[in-house]
Amino acid sequence: MLQIFKMAFRDLGRNRRRTFFSALAVAIGLALLMLMASVINGEMGNAIQSSILLQSGHIQVRSFSFDENKSSLKWEDLVANPDEIAAKVAAFPQVKAATPRLFASGFLSTGDESTGVKIYGIDPNSVANDPYRMGLLSGNFLTADDREGLLIGKPAADKLHLQVGDTVGLSVNTSNGDVQEQVFTVRGIYSTNTYAFDVSTILMPLAKAQAITQTENHASTIFILLKNETDTDSVVAALQGLNLDILTWRDMNQLIVEFETMANSYIAFFYLIILAITASVIVNTLIMSVYERTREIGILSAVGMRGSRILGLFLAESAFLAVGGVILGVILGWGGVQLFNINGFYIGNMGLSGFLVGDTIRAQLMLDDIVNLSVMTFIVTLLAGLYPAVTASRLEPVAALRAEK
Amino acid sequence: MEVVKVENITRVYQIGKVETRALQGVSLTIENGEFTALVGPSGSGKTTLLQMIGCLDQPSTGRVVISGQDVTRLNRNQRADMRRGHIGFIFQFFALIPTLTAYENVEMPLLLNGHTPKERRERVMELLKAVDLADRANNRPDQLSGGQQQRVAIARALAPKPALILADEPTANLDTANGQQVMEIMKKLNQETGVTFVFATHDPRVISYAARVVTLKDGVIEKDSASEAK
Repeated sequence: MLQIFKMAFRDLGRNRRRTFFSALAVAIGLALLMLMASVINGEMGNAIQSSILLQSGHIQVRSFSFDENKSSLKWEDLVANPDEIAAKVAAFPQVKAATPRLFASGFLSTGDESTGVKIYGIDPNSVANDPYRMGLLSGNFLTADDREGLLIGKPAADKLHLQVGDTVGLSVNTSNGDVQEQVFTVRGIYSTNTYAFDVSTILMPLAKAQAITQTENHASTIFILLKNETDTDSVVAALQGLNLDILTWRDMNQLIVEFETMANSYIAFFYLIILAITASVIVNTLIMSVYERTREIGILSAVGMRGSRILGLFLAESAFLAVGGVILGVILGWGGVQLFNINGFYIGNMGLSGFLVGDTIRAQLMLDDIVNLSVMTFIVTLLAGLYPAVTASRLEPVAALRAEK
Repeated sequence: MEVVKVENITRVYQIGKVETRALQGVSLTIENGEFTALVGPSGSGKTTLLQMIGCLDQPSTGRVVISGQDVTRLNRNQRADMRRGHIGFIFQFFALIPTLTAYENVEMPLLLNGHTPKERRERVMELLKAVDLADRANNRPDQLSGGQQQRVAIARALAPKPALILADEPTANLDTANGQQVMEIMKKLNQETGVTFVFATHDPRVISYAARVVTLKDGVIEKDSASEAK
């Protein structure tokens, strides 16, 4: 067996350039697979994290009748005494922050421009709202007692040509179906680097949002962030006594999860194409090798080497190519991901509404992917070597000995 | 004792619609320890007959018995096992594996036969000494002359202690001096070890080494010096 590996290794050294380029083909194939997988991981992870931080949290507590798509403000659709419940939830050791939020829809207008917006009534003091605080580009963050100020996302501010200190008219639906209008001052402009969120969301203090929508001491949801995502189920179990609807981040981000599943199916198709190209290079290399060494195969056969050992010899060659290619591929793939992440890949607004995708793609290389893709590439390379190996093992010794080389 | 017994074998090759009869009813018996030359012009069937005896090919009709075993209808693996255990080959071209050293080339049949490292080392060095190449053990074929390569091939053929060594035009690619050296080594090993040698040639200088000369023409035995002696 050792002799077979020794021969296989030396055989690859005969035409070093060809061997190098064949291993490089395997390596480039694997590096591309790793880059694709890490970009998808990065993008999907980014989408989930963006959604958790900005929109869904890890857990939300709502009224059973609340319909997120309608932003209903009827009292029976809202959570009563939200501060009390939030304080109770915040006492759990697994919880990082629990804060009430009120969602309403409205219309923002300046002199000649207007746009539909979603209004978030938030508690400015809660750490759950840090992403907005940290995303402040200009102006000041909200204070809990501000009755005339709001924060606006940068894309919406650009659209309406608004700057800090400008005034803007806001029409808001109320709990009884009326529309309230009031002039607000832009206290600050924020960016979460998530276009779909920033273009359509304005923030104001919860008390003001409750006042203008006439929802008095009610909130659409209790937004909960956990210290550790894996505690989701235990916290959900502990909240069951509230007699309210408890939703997890998985329930609230089904669109992203489904999109990820769909993306993975497309990716699998690209994987197949890349692996097929890699396999064809290996088949070509080893077939050339079989033809060049036909006489040698005849000699091995003449000294009594069985077909199975000749098969093993050529499979050992493809195994060496695969190992070399995979090692080089992991290095190239890792390097490629680092290079990709120096600046990321700016995509701006992807035009996906209701889907919080950051404006810059960053790749995230997972150990699972490195292992799985390496094993897959190794197996495909070995399988590609099977056809030339079988061809070699089936050569008739007389015909092989008659060959030119 | 008969090492080779060939009974009325034929070998017909079908190339497209053309049928070529390389052997047309050859019968031959070779005793243990003989040093036999198969001679005849190109196309007379010498190489084909060697291939039948060497289990490299199978006859269309007839029967081949090697060391008492009927090998006529063995399958591929059984024929490979037969070659590995009982038959050594020397070819016209210097049939060594270019990536292996002289030592490793000689060692190959012993490895295939499952000998221990110690047995292999002793046997390989013994044979390399016998062909006067002990000092070239670590050289690869491209670092050896044609004559040296052919001597390594002889050592390799002898390695598994076969009953029979078949040589197809062993001196055809060598100059006179090297050809003579190769033949003398073969003759000496035949005498010292008693191994049976059968070689195909049309070189008159080589034929002179043979104790028995079998002449083939158009796929049949035209003359056998052993029969004439009787």
